[in-house]
Amino acid sequence: MKLPDLTELALRNLRESVLRNSLTTVGISVGVASLVAMMSLGTGLQASILNRLTKSGLFDTVYVSSRREMRGMGREEERNGPAPGESRVLDESARQEIERIANVSEAYPDIRFVTELRFEDKPHLTTIAALAPSAKSNDAFDTMQGSFFSSDTAPEVILQKSFAEELLGKRPPLGAPEPSVAELAAPLLGKELIMRYAQRAPAQSDSSLAKAGSENQSDVPGASYTVVSREQKLKIVGLSDLDPESMRGPAHARVFLPLKLAESLHVMQPTDIREIAQVSSGQPVYSSISVRVSNPSRIQPVEDAIKKMGFTAFSILDASRSLQQVFFVVDIFLFIFGSLALTVASIGIVNTLVMAILERRREIGIMKAIGASDGDVQLIFFAEAGAMGILGGIVGVILGWAIGQIINFGTNIYLKSQSLPPEHFWAVPWWLVAFAIGFAFIVSLVAGLYPAARAARLDPVQALRYE
Amino acid sequence: MATAPTPPAVRGTAAIRSENLCRHYRMGENLIRAVDGVSFEIRSGEFVALLGSSGSGKSSVLNLIAGLDRPTSGSVIVQDRDLAKLSREELAKYRLHVVGMVFQSFNLIPTMTLAENVELPLRFAEVDRQQRPAKAREALQRVGLQHRMNHRPSELSGGEQQRAALARALINRPQLLLADEPTGNLDSRTGTEIMDIVREFNRDLGMTVVMVTHERALAERYAQRMIFLADGKLLPESASISSAAPDAQGARP
Repeated sequence: MKLPDLTELALRNLRESVLRNSLTTVGISVGVASLVAMMSLGTGLQASILNRLTKSGLFDTVYVSSRREMRGMGREEERNGPAPGESRVLDESARQEIERIANVSEAYPDIRFVTELRFEDKPHLTTIAALAPSAKSNDAFDTMQGSFFSSDTAPEVILQKSFAEELLGKRPPLGAPEPSVAELAAPLLGKELIMRYAQRAPAQSDSSLAKAGSENQSDVPGASYTVVSREQKLKIVGLSDLDPESMRGPAHARVFLPLKLAESLHVMQPTDIREIAQVSSGQPVYSSISVRVSNPSRIQPVEDAIKKMGFTAFSILDASRSLQQVFFVVDIFLFIFGSLALTVASIGIVNTLVMAILERRREIGIMKAIGASDGDVQLIFFAEAGAMGILGGIVGVILGWAIGQIINFGTNIYLKSQSLPPEHFWAVPWWLVAFAIGFAFIVSLVAGLYPAARAARLDPVQALRYE
Repeated sequence: MATAPTPPAVRGTAAIRSENLCRHYRMGENLIRAVDGVSFEIRSGEFVALLGSSGSGKSSVLNLIAGLDRPTSGSVIVQDRDLAKLSREELAKYRLHVVGMVFQSFNLIPTMTLAENVELPLRFAEVDRQQRPAKAREALQRVGLQHRMNHRPSELSGGEQQRAALARALINRPQLLLADEPTGNLDSRTGTEIMDIVREFNRDLGMTVVMVTHERALAERYAQRMIFLADGKLLPESASISSAAPDAQGARP
């Protein structure tokens, strides 16, 4: 028999005992819904966590440094690579080259220095780090007070919470509740800081230095530049509660500057002194560069390409790999629990179809008498099982999706009440829809195997014997 | 097996031949010899009645000819096919294309309309969807039921149901019509109507008809020849006795 006929007969037969078949189909729907619920919770959580990790900037970033700096850090490189003294300098041309590697979205130097900031005429010593504009999407700034830098060159700063406490002299006693970020931000936002720093200036331009009113023009022996003391006014625009001890973002800095501004200041960095001997070009030299990759999955080739260039590259890729293994195991567990209900539902199919055989004994006998083969009869029952599976699958996916929406809704109400940003824990991707319906179909066919075989074996003479 | 209508077989050649046909059942301790060494020959285009009382084995013989059952021993050969040697699949094809069957209890599928019932063998024969309605209409027209096409069997009288069953038996243009007490559930007037149609199939379409009945009068009136069965055995007079019914004479060779 051909497929359209088969489908038509199957649907007609399902309609004939509509209540029983609907109930069986509902059983499958519930099974599929539970499967979809479990799986979408799994994938939703996974997507949500991966999204968080991506936003944290840890998993899409490769940290690059010159081998001169990282002596002894990578044993493999030390053995195979060029001797540290001959390896490449991490300068501006290297940075541009890295930026041209496929899938690299940006490569920016890590600028970090310790200097003095004056606030209301009181000096405070702290570590300052530069932030690339892309850091704006970093989740560390999700709960920031104020705003991100107005531009990449604006003379503005974002303070870390603990530094704000220090500026205001509000160190809370141990055990006392921490003042909230908002509380600290109010008196600080819009205020001015004066940063005093050491500028690195080319030695040749003595005249310009003199004009800048230098106080402490100290020539380092053998160096091609001089160090000039400078001041820069900075406006406080934001206050972040980013934990300086955490691994996230530019660690251990308590004050952040826009990247372009920080670059233009040519602040003397500790590593400069070591480089003096080797640097011959007039280009800026960086101690390290952060390379952001468009997608965490593209980290490995980028890392390899950078290593090939002769630099030390490091990422937290391995950590994310084992994380994916954990996700996989969790998914398997969720799948098994989700399938249980579907398995129970499939027994319902067996039951319904066996009942149908008893009821339609005569009909099967008639069909055989007028020329239906065993295969035809088998296919009809098979098609009925399959149709229940597909219908149950479709209804189940809708049901599972609806349950997910409700849970999402509830979770987000809770998150909102905790003043946390909304999350999408529940994801029903298209592959899951297709998979769930396909799986329900296959389970139903398997459930239909026995009834269909039994119907096919039915002896027509027995089936037609007069009642 | 061809799905196209088969031309009527040449009259007079052997359509059905049974040799020492046996069908035994085991029922608990007892062996029931439903058919016990039956040999006969039915020529192509013949109208034969299988007569006997209840339990004589006449329906069992019909089921063996229909390919619904297999002999325990012996053979039944229909148009050079030894049915005992056909596979289940081949038997189904044989039932589909060579045999048309009608039953005492009509055996229409109650959930289908008449048109759908009549079309059902076409589905199994994988006849093109577009051609089916016309064929079903033609078959129903032949039995005078074209106006009842979209009714379900339960909405029809017994006679109408049996006419629909005849239309279904006809639809794949088989050479054999096997009828198992076709008038058993009908009053005599309706029974006559049905028998007239059966005779029409036999005469006009050249179908070989084998009819099981316990009504001798009916057999004498319509059949050309009668075969008598008792206790699974052929009665000696069977072979020689042929119907002297005036209706049948025109068709005799």
